[in-house]
Amino acid sequence: MTPENTIRTAPHGILVETTSAPASTADGRQDPRPPEPTSPNTATPPTPTPRPRRLPSPIRPSAFGTQDAMILIMAAVSSLCLVWVVFYQLTSLSGGLGFLVCWYIGFVALTWIATAQVIERQVATDRAVAVVVVSAAMLIVAIVVFIVAWVAYKAIPSIHWGSLFTKDQKSFVVTDPNALDHVGVVHAVIGTLEQVLVAVLIGVPFAIATAVYLNEVKGWGVKTVRTVVTAMSGTPSVVAGIFIYSMLILTHVLTYSGFAASLALVVILLPSVTRVVEEVLRVVPSGLREASLALGAPEWRTVWSVVLPTARSGVVTAVLLGIARIVGETAPLLFTAFGSQVVNWRGYFNHDQGALPLVIFSDVRQAQPVLINLAFQAAFVLMSIVLVLFVLARIFSRPKGKNGKRMKPGPNDDDLMARLFVPIPIEQNEENR
Amino acid sequence: MTIDLKPSPARADRDVPAPLTLTRDYSTPDRIYRAGVRISGGGVFLLLVVIGIFLAWSGYPAFQQAGWKFFTRSGFQTLGAHPTFGVLASIVGTVEVAFVAMIVGAPVAIATALFLSEYAPLKTRRSLIAMIDLAAAIPSIIFGLWAVFELQPNVVGFSTWLSHHLAFIPFFKVVSPPLNASIFIAGLVVGIMIVPIVASICREVFSLAPAGEREAALALGASRWQMIRTVVLPFGRGGMVGAVMLGLGRALEETIAVSIILGGSFTVTAHILQKGGSTISQLIAVNFGSGGTLGLHDLLLCGFVLFLLTLVINLAASAIVNRSRSGAGVDL
Repeated sequence: MTPENTIRTAPHGILVETTSAPASTADGRQDPRPPEPTSPNTATPPTPTPRPRRLPSPIRPSAFGTQDAMILIMAAVSSLCLVWVVFYQLTSLSGGLGFLVCWYIGFVALTWIATAQVIERQVATDRAVAVVVVSAAMLIVAIVVFIVAWVAYKAIPSIHWGSLFTKDQKSFVVTDPNALDHVGVVHAVIGTLEQVLVAVLIGVPFAIATAVYLNEVKGWGVKTVRTVVTAMSGTPSVVAGIFIYSMLILTHVLTYSGFAASLALVVILLPSVTRVVEEVLRVVPSGLREASLALGAPEWRTVWSVVLPTARSGVVTAVLLGIARIVGETAPLLFTAFGSQVVNWRGYFNHDQGALPLVIFSDVRQAQPVLINLAFQAAFVLMSIVLVLFVLARIFSRPKGKNGKRMKPGPNDDDLMARLFVPIPIEQNEENR
Repeated sequence: MTIDLKPSPARADRDVPAPLTLTRDYSTPDRIYRAGVRISGGGVFLLLVVIGIFLAWSGYPAFQQAGWKFFTRSGFQTLGAHPTFGVLASIVGTVEVAFVAMIVGAPVAIATALFLSEYAPLKTRRSLIAMIDLAAAIPSIIFGLWAVFELQPNVVGFSTWLSHHLAFIPFFKVVSPPLNASIFIAGLVVGIMIVPIVASICREVFSLAPAGEREAALALGASRWQMIRTVVLPFGRGGMVGAVMLGLGRALEETIAVSIILGGSFTVTAHILQKGGSTISQLIAVNFGSGGTLGLHDLLLCGFVLFLLTLVINLAASAIVNRSRSGAGVDL
């Protein structure tokens, strides 16, 4: 701290004014203020103007320097030592995860204590909260990265690329040492594609029409339908499955088939896509609609040629995310597609059909290592599909700019994913937007 | 759509110029279009009603058989002359799984949301949000797979540790030893699965906290945490409650991950660390097709119960989130 500072930090962290500094400092620097204007006419000596108080440099909790990094590192190390001593030397505790949990608690506590000693208590609280908040987010990111990498790591070494996408499970022989050469998931891939495709073809037009009703036509009943859509997007997926089962299969309208599975997937897809599309339609500027109507276009033409094209990228995003959501649904397929070991793309309407999630679900519970490997490979294929859809959805979520390239996103874009998974209500109150 | 301005007939006889009334006259294509999207909207409404009716209708034979004891008994003994079945253990198990999930998931989710809305640098925020969203996109069966093969072997040690040192808490007591396939592990996975959902809603609610109050707090010298504690959290309180409830709805319905993990037993137990327990959705998924006709009706009735349960929770939560987003009930 240089002597020109008139304020210093007391041990308790309170800022106190101590001395008034000399006009020129010890290292010879001049006072930056201009010299006082002296008037030759008056004999009175110039009154010294009150020296403006120099503001203290405040303690910034957000400032993060070497010292703070050292505190964090030291807290981590000492927590490690402390917990190690307690765990393995003093008491006979055990368990890797328990160790980790205790280490983390010790780490946060020691960070707080050290910062409180070195800097100040309020700063310490701020730091400790920051540590907790950052580590929570990092934990989730780490889990996601780990799961994706783990599925690939478990699946790829045992994949026989020649058979994975060309063979089904019908020629599986337990005793065959090269069984993986003769089994694949092509039946499940075909089944999933058919089921999802038909579900999208049925569900998306209805979803868009319902969203148009909620946002463009309005009028009587909109509030009820909006509430129902919200409620339905929280419908358990297992309920969607047994609903189709009880309505169509139990009554012998359909048998177990891919088509029944598609219908169950529609029940899940419809409300979620409706909600996302409605959010997308909302941000279409109403000036565009009014311009179209003022030019004499009928309402349907306005929606078809102005509103929907403007919202195109958002609608595409909604559909892609909707596919990503239903492609991994397992529970409804248990009661509708039922699962099968063989390819039957023709039996879509009247025969049991395989699907990727069903292969995982049934094979992973088998005792055969080959089948477990196959389950991991199916999981890998499923994960890849979801990842590709997810990336595509993010690319399409940005509207195209004037130069034909997609615009750079804002920091708060892409909030659509969660809307497909939970009944986040669509905001009713328009004035607040 | 055409808009016609016609003289109002009631005033036509007077001298003053008659005020014009606005009438809308839709052309035929517009009428068809409006009717079409209305039907679509009505269809969604009808779908919900039909789901409820069909599940109730096809579950009714089981209710006829068991009566109100359906809710006070547990088991899946639907074959034979004296069937006994009920949903009590499954309801208790569902609540326990959801409880563990909320204890684990909600704090992590709220912290994550705070990080995304208050702490994350603007440049990395978007990628971080994408990662959290990706967690929501991972199919639940893959979460289940991961939980069985990776998480469970690690957690069993932790469960043992908890049961040794915290056995004075009734939940952590272990009566019969195997500690895998437990409600605790299932709840842990479901807790991870609800994080992206709760975090996403909380982040939205937090980011709606008024900038004026934030800056006022910071200008008064508050640290970032003090600003969050005094402005962001009070403002987002309602939204947080709603978000956690929506996460709860998600936790109650989770089927596949829980089915892969849980051991499945029909005893009402408070010992969440040991093998066993069941949830409603797990009961349906695992026992489907194995209990004869009556078993089928029993499962459909269970489905109806689950349907009503999640419907009520989700509607209540939506109302709370909506109320909070519109700024009502916030007293800063």
